[in-house]
Amino acid sequence: MPHILSILIWLPITAGIAILLLGDRQIGAGRWLALIASLVTLALTVPLWAHFDTATAALQFIEKLPWIPRFQAYYALGIDGISLPLIVLTAFMTVPVVIAGWTVIESRPAQYYAAFLIMEGLMIGVFSASDALLFYFFWEAMLIPMFLIIGIWGGPRRVYATIKFFLYTFLGSVFMLAALIYMYVKAGDYSIASLQALPLTLLEQRWIFLALMLAFAVKVPMFPVHTWLPDAHVEAPTGGSVILAAIMLKMGGYGFLRFSLPIAPDASRELDLLVIALSLIAVIYIGFVALVQQDMKKLIAYSSIAHMGFVTLGAFVIYEIVAATHRTQGAGMGLDGAMVQMISHGLISGALFLCVGVLYDRVHSRQIADYGGVVNTMPVFATFMVLFALANTGLPGTSGFVGEFLVIIASFRASFWYAALAAVTLILGACYTLWLVKRVVFGAVANPKVAALEDLNPRELVVLGALAAAVLLVGIWPAPLLKVMQPTIHHLLTQAIATKL
Amino acid sequence: MPANPMTLESLAPAIAEIWLIAAICIVLLVDVFAGERRRGLTPTLTLLALALGAALTVQYGEVARRTLLFEGLYVADELGWALKLAGFLIVAVALLYSRAYLENRSILRGEYYVLSLTALLGIFVLVSANSLLTLYIGVELLALSVYSMVAFDRDSGVSAESAMKYFVLGALASGALLYGMSLIYGLTGTLSLSEIAARLHGPANPGLILGLTFIVVAVAFKLGAVPFHMWLPDVYEGAPTSVTLFIGTAPKIAYFALALRLLAYGLGGLVSEWSQMLAALAVLTLIVGNVVAIVQTNLKRMLAYSTIANIGFIVLGFVAGTPEGYSAALYYTLVYVLVALGSFGVILLAASKGFEADRLDDYKGLYQRDPMLALAMMVLMFSTAGVPPFVGFWAKLRIFQVLWESNHLWLVVIAAAMSVVGAYYYLRVIKLMYFDPPAQALPPTARSTGVRFALGLNALAVLALGLLPGPLLDLCARLIHS
Repeated sequence: MPHILSILIWLPITAGIAILLLGDRQIGAGRWLALIASLVTLALTVPLWAHFDTATAALQFIEKLPWIPRFQAYYALGIDGISLPLIVLTAFMTVPVVIAGWTVIESRPAQYYAAFLIMEGLMIGVFSASDALLFYFFWEAMLIPMFLIIGIWGGPRRVYATIKFFLYTFLGSVFMLAALIYMYVKAGDYSIASLQALPLTLLEQRWIFLALMLAFAVKVPMFPVHTWLPDAHVEAPTGGSVILAAIMLKMGGYGFLRFSLPIAPDASRELDLLVIALSLIAVIYIGFVALVQQDMKKLIAYSSIAHMGFVTLGAFVIYEIVAATHRTQGAGMGLDGAMVQMISHGLISGALFLCVGVLYDRVHSRQIADYGGVVNTMPVFATFMVLFALANTGLPGTSGFVGEFLVIIASFRASFWYAALAAVTLILGACYTLWLVKRVVFGAVANPKVAALEDLNPRELVVLGALAAAVLLVGIWPAPLLKVMQPTIHHLLTQAIATKL
Repeated sequence: MPANPMTLESLAPAIAEIWLIAAICIVLLVDVFAGERRRGLTPTLTLLALALGAALTVQYGEVARRTLLFEGLYVADELGWALKLAGFLIVAVALLYSRAYLENRSILRGEYYVLSLTALLGIFVLVSANSLLTLYIGVELLALSVYSMVAFDRDSGVSAESAMKYFVLGALASGALLYGMSLIYGLTGTLSLSEIAARLHGPANPGLILGLTFIVVAVAFKLGAVPFHMWLPDVYEGAPTSVTLFIGTAPKIAYFALALRLLAYGLGGLVSEWSQMLAALAVLTLIVGNVVAIVQTNLKRMLAYSTIANIGFIVLGFVAGTPEGYSAALYYTLVYVLVALGSFGVILLAASKGFEADRLDDYKGLYQRDPMLALAMMVLMFSTAGVPPFVGFWAKLRIFQVLWESNHLWLVVIAAAMSVVGAYYYLRVIKLMYFDPPAQALPPTARSTGVRFALGLNALAVLALGLLPGPLLDLCARLIHS
């Protein structure tokens, strides 16, 4: 199928603009258009996956058109084993968001759907751009819909949260842009492949690494630049939280894998302990922070930071493995784990935010103290919530297990202590997640509002059911996912441990 | 390149100026005879004159190569040709946006249009100057017309005050410019810019540096670079909004040309000297402009500081001191003017009789009152903040790029950090329009279809040029190399 990536990018954007033009008055049609567009986009990822050649690390489904001849910048698209799963995840997660907003969003619904569809296209653009300028273009443009989503449909402190979100990300991004331009001036064009091949001295690599890291660390988010995330999550509407947690955070991890490791391998090797230390702080310290939260969304937000710590840990522990074992075999497991963790966290955190959304729509509170005994009135919902909570703690059989397990094993190869510290998350994660479940779902019915709860409606059932199936599928049978990524991960590993000096 | 003997054909490159002088006379006369009852005639006639002028310039004004006219006082090249076309367009759009505003304040007078045209003539003279004298005439013609326009609402004390301030400080800058020019003239023995360029060789002597310093001060004043920016916020705030729109747009291309002709062409031999001076000015300008804009409560004043911040980026293009740098500065200037036209256009549309719509609070909940206007303003604000997919992003990117190419690491870092600071106050405008409920009952926004259509096109251009920036970038590079 020619131009399939372009279709994946521009179909949702076009649909979004069409919904804007239809306006709030014809929102009935607009809603269906949004649903159909997101379903068609999801359906289009099936041939994408089917025709993907799992034997090669080279870019596939390549498209290349001149965009800005003066800068040697191309409208160049192409995907490999690490972009494909993330694109599928993006297409998959947008559908629940559209369905979840169906009756809930009352003010300016047309703009709501338009914002999410436009954002879907831009995010797919981020993952499929093979030209750094085009990548940056999508990366930044995506801030606009998210800024509006939090600011318009958010909670009471939405303005503070959304401006903080925007400025944090913008600060990181401009330094990434400065680094990209520096490399462009040296390389003569913006294609990611030629930036990866560009010879750089250690000094240059260090600065480029730090500039890129600023952008990606804010997005992931890593300690200590994570503080925008809890605010953004708490204030964002459910759909916004889902996309933020499921996809936007992954862009940071993707950036590390696509840019930092291959472009600045020597600086990555030199500064790997910095990233590992920050990741472990995220895993442990943020885990404790999550434990004391009173607000469900805030708790899941902190849990996201802790889980994303595994992604950066897995990506950078490879250098320690190579240093400890003097072999490259086994190092790939860290990268595998990082990727699986991203996909799995996308599904689980998205699902948990949707669960909170289900409760919030009924009770209009996110405080844990306002709930208790939900299982008595919403048994079906409770089943799903417990499943996702267990997945969040890394229960074997769910996707949460695969990623964390791979990263912990990989860390073990590097050093016992990394693995021991990382494994603390299994305990902490279980503590905060299960305690959340205990206080919200189980126990006696806490108050009349909980007593009046009605169980899931068919719409919510479809959404949560689909996510539960995905979580279990990746957990029980991760082989197809690993197989798609395998050649790319292998290639990435060779790039990352090679030296440019 | 010898100066050609004057024939009728050789005047063709100056068709824009010649037509404009004729048009000024016609508009002035028609206005006198039209009288009060047919006030609408003058604006229409002016727009017609501008359209016709642009058509004539396209038809006859293009030159195949750089030519000197009028004994070397005047240079006709592709850059001047393109900037004049841009001037016609900008002034036409500015006058189109302004009409209802002027009508509501009973200052829709023929003189306003005549002064706009004389200011445009000043811009044209400046753009094509090849002699210090021609440059100075252009600067003064433009400045005097603009001073009077600022004071145009003669019953308004604030306007009169800012006009006075502008005039006095402007006179000081003109003095500095003349003094610098006299030093350069005394040391090189010629007024012609191409001759000066040819005679500047070897190590610079202190006299030249002194002259250069005065010239840099005058250029910085005209552009509004810190610390010579004091007039700018007061004039922007005090002048009637239509005049703010005017001085915020068309003169910028003239002052770009002033800096280019004077510093880059004429005094190109002293590039290492003025580039350092400009670097210091640019850093100050970026910091003061962006930081002070944050605390403003008046939108016109905030946009004034935003102008200063943007001027900082334009100056950075000159700091690079290469043709690439000048083309980046030209691109930035054109993009800035496009966005400024739209932003002040929004203020003009939001204003009505007895309501200036210049406080930031007047924009609370604008989305509910007028979605189209809010959408246009959002596009313009994101563009000035430098967020893709809008054109402002490319302007900033281009400046970063030439700074890297000329190895100005610290300037890149400061410019990058300051664009983040800048993003905050642009976001605040969007926040007011989109996230806040309307504060109190405000008069409705202007509904005139034509102007709204033009504003929509303006915002659409900001998006379209952002999606496909290639052609304009190429054009700017070609113009500088011509």
